Amino acid sequence: MAPVRGDGMRGLAVFISDIRNCKSKESEVKRMNKELANIRSKFKGDKTLDGYQKKKYVCKLLFIFLLGHDIDFGHMEAVNLLSSNKYSEKQIGYLFISVLVNTNSDLIKLIIQSIKNDLQSRNPIHVNLALQCIANIGSQDMAEAFANEIPKLLVSGDTMDVVKQSAALCLLRLFRTCPDIIPGGEWTSRIIHLLNDHHMGVVTAATSLIDALVKKNPDEYKGCVSLAVSRLSRIFTSSYTDLQDYTYYFVPAPWLSVKLLRLLQNYNPPTEDPGVRGRLNECLETILNKAQEPPKSKKVQHSNAKNAVLFEAINLIIHNDSEPNLLVRACNQLGQFLSNRETNLRYLALESMCHLAQSEFSHEAVKKHQEVVILSMKMEKDVSVRQQAVDLLYAMCDRSNAEEIVQEMLNYLETADYSIREEMVLKVAILAEKYATDFTWYVDVILNLIRIAGDYVSEEVWYRVIQIVINREEVQGYAAKTVFEALQAPACHENMVKVGGYILGEFGNLIAGDSRSAPMVQFKILHSKYHLCSSMTRALLLSTYIKFINLFPEIRGTIQDVFRQDSNIRSADAELQQRASEYLQLSIVASKDVLATVLEEMPSFPERESSILAVLKKKKPGRVPETEVRDSKSPVPNHNNAQTQNHATTNNKISFSNHTSDLLGLSTPPSQQQNSQNTLIDVLGDIYNNQSSSSSSAVNNAKNSDDSRFLFKNNGVLFENEMIQIGVKSEFRQNLGRLGLFYGNKTQVPLTNFQPVLQWPAEEGKKLNVQIKAVDSTLDAGAQIQQMLTAECVDSYADSPSLQLAFRYNGTPQNFTIKLPLTVNKFFEPTEMNAESFFARWKNLGGEKQRAQKVFKAQIPLDLQGAKNKLSGFGMQILESIDPNPDNLVCAGIIHTQSHQVGCLLRLEPNKQAQMFRLTVRASKEQVTTEICNLLVDQF
Amino acid sequence: MMQFMLLFSRQGKLRLQKWYVAHADKVKKKITRELISTILARKPKMCSFLEYKESKIVYKRYASLYFCCAIEQEDNELLTLEIIHRYVELLDKYFGSVCELDIIFNFEKAYFILDELLVGGEIQETSKKNVLKAIAAQDVLQEDETPQGFFEDHGLG
Repeated sequence: MAPVRGDGMRGLAVFISDIRNCKSKESEVKRMNKELANIRSKFKGDKTLDGYQKKKYVCKLLFIFLLGHDIDFGHMEAVNLLSSNKYSEKQIGYLFISVLVNTNSDLIKLIIQSIKNDLQSRNPIHVNLALQCIANIGSQDMAEAFANEIPKLLVSGDTMDVVKQSAALCLLRLFRTCPDIIPGGEWTSRIIHLLNDHHMGVVTAATSLIDALVKKNPDEYKGCVSLAVSRLSRIFTSSYTDLQDYTYYFVPAPWLSVKLLRLLQNYNPPTEDPGVRGRLNECLETILNKAQEPPKSKKVQHSNAKNAVLFEAINLIIHNDSEPNLLVRACNQLGQFLSNRETNLRYLALESMCHLAQSEFSHEAVKKHQEVVILSMKMEKDVSVRQQAVDLLYAMCDRSNAEEIVQEMLNYLETADYSIREEMVLKVAILAEKYATDFTWYVDVILNLIRIAGDYVSEEVWYRVIQIVINREEVQGYAAKTVFEALQAPACHENMVKVGGYILGEFGNLIAGDSRSAPMVQFKILHSKYHLCSSMTRALLLSTYIKFINLFPEIRGTIQDVFRQDSNIRSADAELQQRASEYLQLSIVASKDVLATVLEEMPSFPERESSILAVLKKKKPGRVPETEVRDSKSPVPNHNNAQTQNHATTNNKISFSNHTSDLLGLSTPPSQQQNSQNTLIDVLGDIYNNQSSSSSSAVNNAKNSDDSRFLFKNNGVLFENEMIQIGVKSEFRQNLGRLGLFYGNKTQVPLTNFQPVLQWPAEEGKKLNVQIKAVDSTLDAGAQIQQMLTAECVDSYADSPSLQLAFRYNGTPQNFTIKLPLTVNKFFEPTEMNAESFFARWKNLGGEKQRAQKVFKAQIPLDLQGAKNKLSGFGMQILESIDPNPDNLVCAGIIHTQSHQVGCLLRLEPNKQAQMFRLTVRASKEQVTTEICNLLVDQF
Repeated sequence: MMQFMLLFSRQGKLRLQKWYVAHADKVKKKITRELISTILARKPKMCSFLEYKESKIVYKRYASLYFCCAIEQEDNELLTLEIIHRYVELLDKYFGSVCELDIIFNFEKAYFILDELLVGGEIQETSKKNVLKAIAAQDVLQEDETPQGFFEDHGLG
């Protein structure tokens, strides 16, 4: 048995041995349950249980917990141990509580009392035990209970060093829970001056604390910079014997050095003072120099500690990004590490170089190591290192080396680990687009991507290549020729068929002159893949075929035969069936001119940022370097981010062209109509405007909480009872909306504790961001107050926020919940279009997720004019004389969100005999389709 | 800041766990399970660092035990390896060439030593001498106490 020191608990050791000797999981559980039953009965029955026994049983419970079982008793006994006068019992009590008590336990009060007592102890060991416990639990309660004591302990001259160390870290932990705990004022400088403490342990602990404080309040703690630099330079100029036990394997104070170097990364530039700056640069140079010295020990601990400091120094150099000399030296040093035999160093060097590649000063220096990095990507045994190499290649890529890097990445992709393929595909696609000077190269790269790693090529990637080909005339013929050749392969990835189908359908005519790619040959090669493809691809190919009829009238018969095949025109898949029969009819009835108009070439896509980049950013937040070499930083510390962010949001608000239309959906260019919502027909009349807020005569017909009325109008009385009337006025523009709520007190007494609270789940709040202004808590008799709300539609969403209104009327609490008129249709922009484009879009939106249909009973009597008014109030454009049946209503609109626009088409067909309506909605986004359908069902 | 430290055996048995961030028990178990299986599957010469969710994992094997720490993005990987090493040195010094069994049977001691080295996920004392001094002072306090329970342990209580 293992040696047991001091206060060995034999019973515990026996129990642990028993458990270890169990041959099976079952016998282990059996033995454990026996013990649990025993402990339970001891805790329940035996009032005379002494401290030793309690300690022993609590320890056994801990052991059982560590085996992975749940423990639901024993907490009280552990808390009892805290006040034991035997240290070993107290210590076990604290251990149990640290490991097993959660922060909202009922026992927390008792625990806090015990900790208070121990903090008062003269014995520093007891004080530390208490501090460690606070740091372990670190709850809000603890922060409140000890907000006074711990800062005092930290800076008091009487406190022993060991206690100061614990107090600093304890305070740090509480600060993380509750940032208000740190006293300001004179405390600031006392805390900063801990950096000058004579005890290295105290300085190390205090540096962690100061680092966190600086992050919250850089200006207040600015004084720490010069102290930190002095401390650093003292460490590096000292000989390693000076620091005695704080020298770790011949490296002076590595932990403190790293922490100080981290602390300095909170400021940019670290200091305006040229003297301090000079000393800092000296330190950094010393560190770089030392890296070149022969190692003082062969032990890995020596090199790890030394290089830990070096890497942190390089981080600081990169962060400052102002000393070209240091940046290049750092880069050379990292370059040496790239061929070090320690895998860890190679990994870190690649990672760190990734940051250097983004500095204008060291970008070129990083590029010198391209060959080694490519080798790393190919040869490293460890996939995490290969991944770093890929990241670095991505970061160091620019116009000069793009072709080579992309080619190498493509080569590697053939054998790359499955875990990193998808990301690599995205990276290759982005680099190829970004640095293409010749778009034929870009087309080649993407087709190669599909050939090599087709399964990992996401929709965004192949959508993008099509957008680019459509937008760039010079590459269209080449693209057609290349996809045609790629399709010759007997086994073609389905994504290749999609791209091929789309491009040949648009530009097949450009290569039709060559007899080897004559119309019939093009058609046959595509159709040879048809039966192997999913129905989505088949649907796409059917569209290609009808385009072929337009481009190549000579093969019309062959294609019509294909449409007529049972597997198409009678396909079990409704979409295929519909396309086949509609295309067939179109090809029969439409004149050549009509066909040419309907099947005209796709218009150019709006230029915008690649959506692929967005996907990559989403996949690896924080790890995607902006491939742009960044400019040298402005000298303003830490404000950069905030500024760019603000800038970005304003940009988003005003730019309409930045929307991400998806390729196969409709991307109607924003129409010129503005303020369309102002033309709303107010279906039920604007009651609100016709009355003064205090009169109650005209409001009798205002229905309470009939939310659906506000689907079709923006102003009116939202809610009314005998106490209060709530009116609303709203306006919407693009993806922004503003709502004014008018609360009128109808009674003769003030309404108090007046509190409207927005109810909108945080999850939804990300899609529809609603801000509400506060209002006074008293609403005087007969008075009216106004509350403003702003809403920003970020993404499509369902339902609408509610307002919970609570107030007291004559002392009686009142509570209502009212739906706010903020359904997604408010962000519609009506869109005018002619029949041709309407039908083309309608067909394009044929995907299963893009359409929704409901049949419902009409309100009696069926009111067509009313329905028309409502739809117009709903926000869509009513398109006249599109539907051959004049009773059918057809509408179009675009929903504006911050990130994109969703095109939406609608058709409402009345059946007068049956007094029914059939509603069909098609939109480029599934959620919108269903939501619009749900909102409108049963409304006519 | 360190988020947690796990000690587990080559067989995948968890021997010690210390969490510096709050997680529900279910989450802790899931993280533990995932990390143990990931790390055990890695080959000896592979790099000691991994990416795991938002954190960085640093691990090292000593004899039959794996020491595994999760740190934040800005933390220093190499120095975390040396925190592990310092902890191993301390255990070694205290138990006298420490082995897995020592940690199983004296898990509470292993916790006490760790608490002297790290507080709230930050390094408190890097000096080996000072940590050992603190632990020795605790032991002295314990030895002052009269041993009890001898009879009880032998069924004579």
